[in-house]
Amino acid sequence: MTDSGLKVDVACTVNGARQTLRVHPLARLLDVLREDLGLTGTKEGCGEGECGACSVLVDGELVNSCLVPVLQVEGAEIKTIEGVSARGAELHAVQQAFIECGGAQCGICTPGMVLAAVSLLANIPQPTDADIRNGLAGNLCRCTGYMKIFDAVVRACERAGVKA
Amino acid sequence: MLTEIVGKPVPRKEGRSKVTGAARYVDDLRMPGMLYGATVRSPVARGRIRSVTFGEGVPWDEFVVVTAKDIPGENAVALILLDQPYLASEFVNHAEEPILLLAHADKQLLERARRAVHVDIEPLPAVFTLADSLARTQTIWGEDNIFKSYLVDKGNVDEVWAQADLVVEGEYSTGAQEQLYIETNGVIAVANAEEGVTVWGSMQCPYYVHKALLKLFALPPERVRVVQCETGGGFGGKEEYPSMIGGHAALLSWKAGGRPVKIIYDRAEDMVATTKRHPSLTRHRTAVSRDGRLLGMEIEFVVDGGAYATLSAVVLSRGTIHAAGPYNCPNVRIRSRAVATNVPPHGAFRGFGAPQSIFALERQMDKVAAAVGLSPAEFRRRNFIRQGETTATGQVIREPVDMAGLLDRAFELTDYQAKRERFARENAAVGAGGVKRGIGFASFMHGAGFTGSGEDYLKSIVGAEADASGRVRILAASTEIGQGTNTIFAQIASDALGLNYDLVEMAQPDTGNVPDSGPTVASRTCMIVGRLVESAALGLRQTLQGAGLLADEYTEGDWREACRQYVERYGALKSFSQYKPPPGVRWDDEKYEGDAYGAFAWAVYVAEVSVDTLTYETRVDDFVAVQEVGKVVHPILAAGQIEGGVAQAIGFTLYENVVWQDGRMVNNGMTNYVMPTSVDLPPIRVHFEEQPYEYGPAGGAKGIGELPMDGGAPAILNAIEQATGVSFTHVPLMPEALMRGLSETT
Repeated sequence: MTDSGLKVDVACTVNGARQTLRVHPLARLLDVLREDLGLTGTKEGCGEGECGACSVLVDGELVNSCLVPVLQVEGAEIKTIEGVSARGAELHAVQQAFIECGGAQCGICTPGMVLAAVSLLANIPQPTDADIRNGLAGNLCRCTGYMKIFDAVVRACERAGVKA
Repeated sequence: MLTEIVGKPVPRKEGRSKVTGAARYVDDLRMPGMLYGATVRSPVARGRIRSVTFGEGVPWDEFVVVTAKDIPGENAVALILLDQPYLASEFVNHAEEPILLLAHADKQLLERARRAVHVDIEPLPAVFTLADSLARTQTIWGEDNIFKSYLVDKGNVDEVWAQADLVVEGEYSTGAQEQLYIETNGVIAVANAEEGVTVWGSMQCPYYVHKALLKLFALPPERVRVVQCETGGGFGGKEEYPSMIGGHAALLSWKAGGRPVKIIYDRAEDMVATTKRHPSLTRHRTAVSRDGRLLGMEIEFVVDGGAYATLSAVVLSRGTIHAAGPYNCPNVRIRSRAVATNVPPHGAFRGFGAPQSIFALERQMDKVAAAVGLSPAEFRRRNFIRQGETTATGQVIREPVDMAGLLDRAFELTDYQAKRERFARENAAVGAGGVKRGIGFASFMHGAGFTGSGEDYLKSIVGAEADASGRVRILAASTEIGQGTNTIFAQIASDALGLNYDLVEMAQPDTGNVPDSGPTVASRTCMIVGRLVESAALGLRQTLQGAGLLADEYTEGDWREACRQYVERYGALKSFSQYKPPPGVRWDDEKYEGDAYGAFAWAVYVAEVSVDTLTYETRVDDFVAVQEVGKVVHPILAAGQIEGGVAQAIGFTLYENVVWQDGRMVNNGMTNYVMPTSVDLPPIRVHFEEQPYEYGPAGGAKGIGELPMDGGAPAILNAIEQATGVSFTHVPLMPEALMRGLSETT
């Protein structure tokens, strides 16, 4: 589809680090993250914006990175699963809660689901059951039936200091 | 000695790597010089290949091209029969059948090339439905389109019809269902004549892939190595298909002189080309006395196997054995057949035939209850199997079983009786276009482990090794696919040895390093393989004690010191354990009679629904799953298995509709094949009863993986019948079918 010869510079911040990417302007943000930056925690599940496995935060907003042409993130701040807790540091409360509550099974939806939960709690610090269900509705999980994921979100917001 | 770890919600072994995105799935791996592979597939369902032509505008000399002629060994996917080719050479038997393989370093160019290959096929008449296959509108497989048939015959069913007060007939059917693991099928292969073949991939059964590659390349076992990467869900969908895609990548690498080749299916290819749950048709004829005793059951069960035999014989077996359910009936005849159609082969999916036959049975039981004038619950209570009684295959239930107790518990948790009465009253007052409610249930069991002589045939082996620091590693081919293998095996071994959970880990399933502990299927990992983990771990202790290095009572420090001394003196400390059937197990493969499974899990599931008679939408408002599963090894993982299985069952019942056109799935995307989201599901409330199984590990665990797939569909349709007064007999029950059903009766 794309002509691999045509490339442009896109400047953005990824997990706090400034990057200038030499990329095809219509390359999917998902592929740039995974292949150019080696950030393989972002997963491809469907490639059509249905499953949310490729969720990342762009300027604090949860997006499906499979639907974002990289040109669109010029100047933006991107956070992937690798940036949710700093390397070697303590886990984010959402990540810790996912482990404790059984929110991750096979793990392939987990990075996207964790980012969706982080985003939800940033917008609604004390979500109701309906808020949690709606907040995660763009992220499909085939293993858990979502119950343990809901438990994890509740556990995470019971803890102090939840921030995106 | 430490307190028990089994039964405690210890953290999942690979939990941290999964929540941080550090876990490496096959698509996260890259190798130097790696090529990408693609598959050219048949555009038609059945036909004779006339020619393959390579279109213009593609630098074909840069491509690795593989056809059937390039196969070094046998062109057949070795599983049960050898009827399925890796690459079709003369005939195609289903749409999307692989014909030719391409590899190139540039993914975009590869896709352009794939589209530029033109396969010219002379179409032949095809068969797309189970009914046409049975009617033999065309003979497309063997002499009669039949992959396999079974006959279970208990008592004398022919004599009961005359004595019966009532005979109730029913016909039920189920559609295909896509496994829809969020990680699609994918592999990387390195293969050449000097180094042999290595495949890394997303899979459930490394030794199945190993066996298939031996045949494909005509190589001895030690020249083939299969390694499981972190696997993003399987549910059966990665039981058999990795042998196909793994073989394809290996053929490309072999032709490319050993350059690594990666094949990752996109979602559309994964859905259109790989396996799904077998569609089924079941006919019931039930003889019952006026006081509601089951006198006889005649069951005809047919599954659509698709174009090749693959696992259909075994799926049919499990469906057949579960077809008469947890009831005590003196006369039962089950005739079953798996038939061929020209669609991609149907395969393993959680439950493996049992959800299909149990759906039919539990709809039929409600129908029979109504016919004899009993409530669904009272009718079942009069017929539940009890300890000492026999199943349809004549298996004597030796352990205590209390189906009536499970029913009571499920009713108490859901307030079933009061709701049943209240909904009946309220529904009568609901006007046209209003919302009606219903509550229904299903009672069922699911056997753990391979059927009949299957485990004895597998003779699974598990190893355990300890290093000089006292760390223990479990050597097994059983894969972690989300269900918790890594965690529960470590719990079982920790408890067996009285060691800290953190001291035990699982080796990566790699056929070069672990013995064949059998496939990760059939609810067998915990009960069968877990028992071997326990005994292999105990073997380490016995070895240390036999060498005089460890006392009967020991601390972790004593253990570490004993391991250090043993390894210093003798080298590696390893222990292996092989499966032996429990005493007294008998199974007759000819008569299909005897002890079908080592143990059953028993369950009653209750669903509460509301049906909008204006929009024809159905919502499940509440779901309670009560089951007896032996010892629960890990309460959170076990509940997670049940909740996830129930969610898939709700999808199977109300959302997931495979739309076929000329033998091809046309809604092969997540946009138009709809699985339940977080807003669609009810609270799923899980309750366990624990009746320890004598031959299970960790104080008596049984299998639970597939059980939760079985009861949802009939429980929900039974509830919809209460809500609407209409008896639906097919799943998925889509709004269109609901509308038709309701308008026919009003």
